[in-house]
Amino acid sequence: MTRFLCKRLIMMMVTMLCASFLVFAVCEFSPGSVARKSLGPFATQQQVDLLSKKLRATDPLPVRYSRWLGVLLGLIPDPLQAPDSGLNFNDPRGAQYFGNFGYSTLNKLPVNDVIWNRLKNTAVLAGLAFALIVPLSIIFGILSGLKEGGALDRFLSVICITFTSIPEFASGVFLVTLFVILWPLLPGTSQLDPGSGWSIPSQLVLPVAVLVIYDFGYVARMIRVSMIGVMERPFIRTAVLKGMNTRQVIFGHALRNAMIAPFTVLLLQINFLVSGVVVTELVFAYPGFGRLLLDASLFGDIATLEAATLVTVAIAVTTQLVGDLGYMLLDPRIRVK
Amino acid sequence: MNMEVRNAQRPASQLDLSNGIPCTAQEPLLQIHDLRIEFRGKDETVVAVPGLSLDVMRGESYGLVGESGCGKSTTAMAILGYLGRTGAVTNGSIRFDGEELVGASPRQLRKVRGRRIAMVYQDPMSALNPVRTIGAQLAEVPRIHLGTGRAQALEMARAMLRDVRLPDAGDMLKRYPHQLSGGQQQRVVIAMALLARPSLLLLDEPTTGLDVTVEAAVLDLIAELRHRYQTSLLFISHNLGLIAESCDRLGIMYSGELVEEGATGEIFRRPRHPYTQGLIACIPDVDSDKHSRSLAAIPGHIPLPQERPQGCLFGPRCDGFVAGSCDRVDLKPDEVEPGHQVKCARWRDFSRREEAAVVVPDGDRDAGDAICLTNVTKLYGTSRGRSLKANEAVTFSVKEAEIVALVGESGCGKSTLARIVTGLDQATSGQIRLADRNIAELQARARPKKLLQSVQMIFQNPDSTLNPSHSAAFSIRRSLIKFGIRKGKAAVDRRVRELLEMVRLNPDLAERKPEQLSGGQKQRIAIARAFAADPSLIVADEPVSALDVSVQAAVVTLLLDIQRANKTTMLFISHDLALVRHVADKVVVMYLGKVMEQGTVAEIFGGAAHPYTQALLSSIRSTDPDRSKAAHIQLRGEMPSPVDVPRGCRFATRCHRKLGICEQEAPPLRRLSSSHEILCHIDPTAGQTVSDGATRSADITREPAND
Amino acid sequence: MALEGTAPLMNVAKRPARAKWRRIFRSKTALVGLFLVSFWVVLAVLAPILPLQSPTKPDVMAMANPFPSAAHWLGVDILGRDILARLIFGARTVLLVAPLSVAVAMTVGISMGMVAGYYGGQVDAVISRFSDIILAFPVLVLYVVLIANIGPSVINIVIATTIASAPGIGRITRGLVLGLKQQEYVAAARLRAESTLYIMLVELLPNCRGMLIVDGCLRIGYTIITIGILGFLGLGLPPPNPDWGGMVKESTTVLNVWPFMSVEPSIAIVSLVLGFNLLADGLREAWKP
Repeated sequence: MTRFLCKRLIMMMVTMLCASFLVFAVCEFSPGSVARKSLGPFATQQQVDLLSKKLRATDPLPVRYSRWLGVLLGLIPDPLQAPDSGLNFNDPRGAQYFGNFGYSTLNKLPVNDVIWNRLKNTAVLAGLAFALIVPLSIIFGILSGLKEGGALDRFLSVICITFTSIPEFASGVFLVTLFVILWPLLPGTSQLDPGSGWSIPSQLVLPVAVLVIYDFGYVARMIRVSMIGVMERPFIRTAVLKGMNTRQVIFGHALRNAMIAPFTVLLLQINFLVSGVVVTELVFAYPGFGRLLLDASLFGDIATLEAATLVTVAIAVTTQLVGDLGYMLLDPRIRVK
Repeated sequence: MNMEVRNAQRPASQLDLSNGIPCTAQEPLLQIHDLRIEFRGKDETVVAVPGLSLDVMRGESYGLVGESGCGKSTTAMAILGYLGRTGAVTNGSIRFDGEELVGASPRQLRKVRGRRIAMVYQDPMSALNPVRTIGAQLAEVPRIHLGTGRAQALEMARAMLRDVRLPDAGDMLKRYPHQLSGGQQQRVVIAMALLARPSLLLLDEPTTGLDVTVEAAVLDLIAELRHRYQTSLLFISHNLGLIAESCDRLGIMYSGELVEEGATGEIFRRPRHPYTQGLIACIPDVDSDKHSRSLAAIPGHIPLPQERPQGCLFGPRCDGFVAGSCDRVDLKPDEVEPGHQVKCARWRDFSRREEAAVVVPDGDRDAGDAICLTNVTKLYGTSRGRSLKANEAVTFSVKEAEIVALVGESGCGKSTLARIVTGLDQATSGQIRLADRNIAELQARARPKKLLQSVQMIFQNPDSTLNPSHSAAFSIRRSLIKFGIRKGKAAVDRRVRELLEMVRLNPDLAERKPEQLSGGQKQRIAIARAFAADPSLIVADEPVSALDVSVQAAVVTLLLDIQRANKTTMLFISHDLALVRHVADKVVVMYLGKVMEQGTVAEIFGGAAHPYTQALLSSIRSTDPDRSKAAHIQLRGEMPSPVDVPRGCRFATRCHRKLGICEQEAPPLRRLSSSHEILCHIDPTAGQTVSDGATRSADITREPAND
Repeated sequence: MALEGTAPLMNVAKRPARAKWRRIFRSKTALVGLFLVSFWVVLAVLAPILPLQSPTKPDVMAMANPFPSAAHWLGVDILGRDILARLIFGARTVLLVAPLSVAVAMTVGISMGMVAGYYGGQVDAVISRFSDIILAFPVLVLYVVLIANIGPSVINIVIATTIASAPGIGRITRGLVLGLKQQEYVAAARLRAESTLYIMLVELLPNCRGMLIVDGCLRIGYTIITIGILGFLGLGLPPPNPDWGGMVKESTTVLNVWPFMSVEPSIAIVSLVLGFNLLADGLREAWKP
């Protein structure tokens, strides 16, 4: 077991390293330079070149990547924070510490001052959505998988397929039109501002609804397929022919088996929710992590982009690991000896 | 463990159920009358069982025999009211202990299921819930039906596990199904069925898929428990041999109908229905070989439910069919004598069918070796430096135009050996000489075309032998083109037709998709494909084990005919010893990767010298009710894992004639004749049981050790 | 002995191979899906010859009252352009880019999965690890980072879709191939000296067909959503291409005055995605073994 965990942890590290390097590599293709975007269209080329040099953006890719990695791991002080760099970047935590994500050129703040707050906001949104998606999709999936092709299955299936076909921006438009414009029950923006006249919970209703609508149908379909497969397995027949009633068969024999395969799918939704919220956040002007990521990549703010990507990838590999562990817990056949 | 051994030594009469008189009065426990079962599909309604009547008496063991698709399992499911959403009983009645089960409410059915009628399933692995412990699954039964508390239910489960002779019952309760062997799983299923003391036990092919030695043990257990718990049995099987020893009465089912019914001995001695006669005739018997008897096949195939003929359903396949009497709609069962009924208009005109006289002449004994294996070893590396020994120092040779059978239970390495010979896998060491070349370590892609062409293979599974995306003749055609057997489209097409005719298939089937062919037809195509390359050696890996008995006989006969006509050498892999006797010239018995005994068919079946071969032979069920029944040799325990091969003799852990030395030293190879060899410490010629002549009296124990 | 199969054999014989496709027509969901997809396909194909107004030229007169009218059936957008024409011309882009991206992604993914599944061992390990890294990237981040940095264009969307989807397709294919390569007909092909490429393309690939077509359908739907999202994030195809996601984006500022401007393109996207999803579901039902 320890061996397995160690192996997985090393794999996670390698994945994160590769991912962060990929981000650097992709940013190489970036058309406009960061300096140009910081200074605006009216700055002279000379000014732009000077800033580029100050930001050390002209160094070759491997140099910049290893410098970023060194700063992150606390091995070297961030050169951009040095007083003589002329950038006036100032991190109250100091220039050299473990977990130093550098300085955000977009927000003119240390990255660590930006992302965690945003991540917390997104976690609230994603957590609420996840807490609704899990029970909803399980109930829908189990009910429709119980009798494949039955009236209930067809009804629930149509609902699920239709809902998964609605992108978040479309359901955002529909819901705002209905509940904000035609029937003003809820706020159209959710800036988490207590002074806006709407309570925080009421600001969360629509964003959460948008996420749930788009996502739960997909998970429910996965659980349905698994449930159908389980209901056809011979051990269900054994249970029925033991004299058990439907409720006993479902809770005693079907449910746990039916959850084995979709368990990982369910956990993967956490990844989706952390990064996929960007659209929802944009629709409702929600100050979240997804928008930070979007803005950073549009601006070419590589420090923020790297930090945000690393966080999402870290969440992804962690959920993968948790998924595998849960998988083993659910299915004794694949437990490691 | 002790019980098992004692059981084997019990007087045969106690186990002899087939000829014994049923111990209770003729009072029916289960009465099925005029039962009609239909399945409603999207397009059509299929009548699985058109009208079935049978009675199972109290305390009786009733055998329902028929080939796949005859409706026997459907009938069992109908008894328990479990036909799925599409199936329904549309006519007739099922009375159990005076209570009508057709149309019973769900609540009523639940009180019967598992409590008064319990079931044992074909595939125990899938019948058990993989994510719950054995204990939890067993304890459910008393908890549901007897209202027992958890602790007491577990205690009952433990006691029942001891009754089905599972070692270490307490520990077993905490295990999961996948941690048990197939035989152990089936014992758990039997325990589960008996926990609520049902008065009727439905056994649906309970030993299909188990190894022969395990099968024998499970059958003996069922026979014993049946008496101990006074349970009636409805024993469903396609295997007449199995039924012959386990049942008091038999019903022969064909296409949803009972065609003959009577006491077991009566049916076997004087079968009246031509189908019953055919079924008995097509079963290979250990007492005869291919030189003395050929297997009689029943022509044609079972009609699909949608295309049942009018009158006698067996009519289209019967040589005695007479229009006007056999196709009458009002065909009724006729009583041959009290208790023996037959549904045949002309049974009086039939005596037992004369066996076909065509037998295989003796082969040429002086032929040279076609293929010669020397010390072939195959290791698979597993994690942490351990290796799985699939084959170890396998040595034997096959003469030209000879058929050598490789027999052994699953996991003995016979299929791995077949894959090495054909080049689908490569040996770790050793030599395989074929046409002056060592091919042991040559994989198929490293073999020159000429060599590939000379070794072809017939596979086991008719459903996977042909690519479902291509036509039936596709692979035959590719083979002809790739090996350049025929040039040009017309010549290739002509040859394909010839080959299909050779395997007695209508050449028009060539363009069909495999899904439109029956199992037997697909296996014939596979034979045609193997012979298309004009090979000198054919490796046949269980070529008929997935087929129904009547089809099996036809395919085996065909294979033998073609082999003889083409003088092809053949390596025939099988677990069915009776079949091997009918096919082979020479037999190689393998256990856990090693050859235990080899010799001619006469030597093996006439005087097997190795304890393992003896055990295998004794587990064959005979269809001849008059044949004296020697007590089965029951092997203890399970086959060890090929990763942890026991030191000394690898069979020692299960051997019923084990000596002290067996666990210490590897046994010597003993040559009993020019063709007969065994790997055993016991010298059969010396009339004593000590190896190497050195008497170590302290080590000699004739009785099996009770561990 | 008589030849087997001379007697009239099973009614399945009457079923031609094309029945597999015909079975779709029995599924109501598949029919609805097929209708929705073909509705948009027909409109997109006929767009140049339909009597539509220009999708790019503003109708300044209509801007005063942009609501649907006889002249503009679905109204005009904030710049006075005819929404109906923009939707239909937008369908042309989406129906070209989404299937194209998926086709390229499928080709790459199937090749990866085939090779990984068939060869196994080290090759499989390398391909699988590589896929794992890509799959650990949350998909939308991947798109945003890629498109934001390499810029929006048809080629770039194809590239992004391929990078994002090929590992998933590869994983499905690998799973199928792992099961199929054990089949006896593959062994039979090896024994008649067929090349590995032949075995992959002729013996294995046709048997993966059903699953992959269903998966492809779902992916087209998903790619349409992604293209919409990119448009909505301002990363869509550059103007003057009418882009459904972009249309929603442009009019969100006036949502509380003229909600129809956002609702109409939203409905268009939902209907097309729904079409592909229903079609995939119907195909899965119809081809179930």
